[in-house]
Amino acid sequence: MRILKKTLLGAIATMAAITTPALSADSVKIGMITTLSGGGSALGRDIRDGFKLAVDMRGGMLGEKKVDLIISDDARKVGNAKQIANRMLKRDKVDIMTGIVWSNLALAVVPTVTKAGKFYLSPNAGPSKLAGKGCHKNYFNVAWQNDNLHEAAGQYVNDKAHRNVYIMAPNYPAGKDALAGFKRFYKGKIAGEVYTKLGQVDYAAELANLRATKPDAVYFFLPGGMGINFVKQYAQAGLTKTTPLFGPAFSFDEGILKAVGDTAIGVFNTSQWNKDIKNAANVDFVANFKKTYGRFPSLYASQGFDTALLIDSAIRAVDGDMSKQDDFRKALKAAKFQSVRGPFKFGPNHHPIQDIYVREVYKDGDNITNRIVGKVFTNHGDVYAADCKM
Amino acid sequence: MTFYLFLEQTLNAFQLGVMLFLMAAGLTLVFGIMNMINLAHGSFYMIGAYVAAYVSDATGSFFIGVAVALPVAAAVGMAVEIIALRRLYKRDHLDQVLATFGLILFFNELTSIIWGPQALFVAIPPVFSGSVELIPGAPYPIYRLVIIGAGLIVALLMRTLIVKTRTGMLIRAGASNREMVSALGIDIDRLYTIIFGLGALLAGLAGAFAGPILATEIGMGENILILTFVVIIVGGIGSIRGALIGALLVGLVDTYGRAFLPQFLRMIFEDPSVADGVGASISSMSIYILMAVVLIFRPRGLFQAYG
Amino acid sequence: MDKFNRKSIVLLVGLALLLALPPITIAMEEAYFISLFSRIMIYALAAVSLDLILGYAGMASLGHGAFLGVGAYAVGILAFHVTEETAIPFLPGGWAGSINAVISWGSAIVVSSLFALVIGALSLRTSGVYFIMITLAFAQMLFFFFVSLTTYGGEDGINLDQRSQIPGLDLADDASFYYVCLALLLAFVYICYRIVNSRFGMVMRGCKQNETRMRALGYSTYRYKLICFVIAGAGAGLAGALIANQSEFVGPGLMHWTRSGEVMIMVILGGMGTIFGPIFGAVALLLMEEVLAAYTEHWMIILGPVLIFVVLFARRGIYGFLTGDGGRDG
Repeated sequence: MRILKKTLLGAIATMAAITTPALSADSVKIGMITTLSGGGSALGRDIRDGFKLAVDMRGGMLGEKKVDLIISDDARKVGNAKQIANRMLKRDKVDIMTGIVWSNLALAVVPTVTKAGKFYLSPNAGPSKLAGKGCHKNYFNVAWQNDNLHEAAGQYVNDKAHRNVYIMAPNYPAGKDALAGFKRFYKGKIAGEVYTKLGQVDYAAELANLRATKPDAVYFFLPGGMGINFVKQYAQAGLTKTTPLFGPAFSFDEGILKAVGDTAIGVFNTSQWNKDIKNAANVDFVANFKKTYGRFPSLYASQGFDTALLIDSAIRAVDGDMSKQDDFRKALKAAKFQSVRGPFKFGPNHHPIQDIYVREVYKDGDNITNRIVGKVFTNHGDVYAADCKM
Repeated sequence: MTFYLFLEQTLNAFQLGVMLFLMAAGLTLVFGIMNMINLAHGSFYMIGAYVAAYVSDATGSFFIGVAVALPVAAAVGMAVEIIALRRLYKRDHLDQVLATFGLILFFNELTSIIWGPQALFVAIPPVFSGSVELIPGAPYPIYRLVIIGAGLIVALLMRTLIVKTRTGMLIRAGASNREMVSALGIDIDRLYTIIFGLGALLAGLAGAFAGPILATEIGMGENILILTFVVIIVGGIGSIRGALIGALLVGLVDTYGRAFLPQFLRMIFEDPSVADGVGASISSMSIYILMAVVLIFRPRGLFQAYG
Repeated sequence: MDKFNRKSIVLLVGLALLLALPPITIAMEEAYFISLFSRIMIYALAAVSLDLILGYAGMASLGHGAFLGVGAYAVGILAFHVTEETAIPFLPGGWAGSINAVISWGSAIVVSSLFALVIGALSLRTSGVYFIMITLAFAQMLFFFFVSLTTYGGEDGINLDQRSQIPGLDLADDASFYYVCLALLLAFVYICYRIVNSRFGMVMRGCKQNETRMRALGYSTYRYKLICFVIAGAGAGLAGALIANQSEFVGPGLMHWTRSGEVMIMVILGGMGTIFGPIFGAVALLLMEEVLAAYTEHWMIILGPVLIFVVLFARRGIYGFLTGDGGRDG
């Protein structure tokens, strides 16, 4: 029992310790809520590492101002994320928040942040609600609107003259949005439209049905482990040879490709970024990331990195005076930074207008990775901007 | 829908069922004999998968991976039994739930510390890659056939072990009257440790086999754990035969639900997207509906083996 | 007498701390803790309601999150139609929802009771482990139902524009909201206390110890257990309504089996079969999460063994440990 008492005392001591945040007038406080434990933590860690890299490369500063970065793990639970947002806003009094990976968490947290008069910069999730009716002057998305990559895939599949495509996504809002985005640009016939169980592991039944409908091509959106399972099983069913597979970048990132292995070779996927994009910022980023963390950066890491660069540019514009809220917002909107993806600007709803590429998975020596094979869209925005009234 | 497609889906259902059986056999033994709810059974599955993935990557041989994964899973299972769980056999089920839930958190995070948050890769061993055309127009992956075969062999071995060997006799005796067995001078603690290790070994085997077709990732254990519980509840706790029948039933309901329900509903609803949505929702729920229905009519599962 | 004193002291100190929390934290400029503790009080309410069936009537439900979710969705759906200015499609009369606390929280209680009645009526045909699993099955069905229910956001859930309204009270103010949660928790605890110590409660406890004997005595144990299950469902529904207000968000995550598991952990951690224990359990678990997560992202590797440790060595839970006895409340 003594041990239990000690543990409790220790806990109380810690509570006391974390209740006294270090205050320094000369720093900018950034709160990062992201997923660091449990399923999906690879994405959160990439975003964090990308962001931190940008800060570290500037000697712990953004815009000549010391950065006080507070990172907290949401364990992919909405309740936790809300709680942390409350803590960061009320206790730590952060100036800017960022970090959330998942759309459903972002939908719950972003309004809390903007209501409190603070800025939220999304390094990943871009749900349609926040791009359209629910847009806000203090909310910026540095990655993409959720539909973007799916739209590009629809366009590309259309360009490749596929006329009978089988499409698949999990049975939840992001899945339905994904297929709607695909169909917005794809003009041919739909061989089948299938919604699978969230978290499903075995796709043998779906694959058998799919084969029976004899489509020209298959488009799927299955994030995380679901995608790994699906791509492996697709190849094992011998479908890769007969029916080309298309997907968004999420299922073909560096980390995931390691888990999928050879089975993904030859698959086409759409992305706004790749590590072979030739611009000074990107070359520098890829090299530094590899050196610091010993692995190649992913799409998510690039988005975290860009988020930090955007903050850097905006702080610089107001000479580090965060009280000039309107100027700071204008500076964010101007997006005067060198994005690792190349040309980048914000649309009227503070979502990116950017180029979207198609990548092919190939084997580079021992390494399975992506290369850009073409550009699908130039300066592509999103359809929700019209509904946004700021 | 053609007859061949129906056959192929049945084969798929069978393969899923066999996979679930491997998990369920160990869980139902521990449950039925020690009266122990072990939520950490999924963790042994995950450990089996990770060790197999890691070792096969290091050695280049899937078979060495599996061969190492089995004893590791069994050893982890026995260690957990000796250190913590054996104190819980006489406790309330809820204490067991809480403690083994704690184990899940521990093993998930430990795995993440050792192997990182990214999923690992396992290739299909070259001997089993490729497919055969058992059913015209539907090449079936050989590896999945191997899983079916391996599962059936395990089922036979389990039956032999329990019906024909001395250990099996003790297992049966221990399940029906543990006091009597220990009064006869049998070391019941050791027997329980062995059963627990056997269960963990089977879970590890399922995990190792799953590697080439599924994602080897953190949390993979919980996904299959709930399915496995459904299987043993439907089959009746403690019954190996029940676990086999339950596993095949769950495999069939789940696969047919996903394969045929949306098409079936398209005949009822006019709007195909409504039919697809409703079909997907119902098929997500299908196994839970199966379990509820079975329990409503047979409150102790289909084959109740032990008290 | 000594035991009685120690228990009263623990409870009085606990109550005093909870009552004084807002002024103290505001004085310390740590007002954030008020919203954290609102959340804890709400989970405590859910845990107390679960303990009523688990600790007193021996019904181990692993689907309690279902009622939490149903209660939250009742509030969420009513508020959704107020925002959208549309009529509720599945109700007659073209009612366009409400954000009045009495109406929406009341609906949450009624709807979750109805769900508890149906789920309980079917589940109570089984017992023991089978009961655990059948309640889990129903909760999972509801989880998948709401995940795919796009009208109300599916997995994205519903964001509430504002908290429910009570005339004369500003629930948007964290301290007011906290006191409302605390008051409702205490009221529910009082109801449970009365139930447990009533003739009805005695029958329930009899069922836990020996149901066959209770039946032999002529009690319709099924009916008693069902009523108890419905009361617990109503309590969880109210907790759901509050959690929707606290986070201004409703999503299917509340119904996932891991959430039900967490509530169950609070009960066992605090002390099963005690009225006050689950409150201590909720405080301990949620504070532990908060503190450990601040230490390291690998906080689960510490929390896991702590849970095992509590099961093995602190069998009567935190409340039993603090009060020095089994912590039986009546």
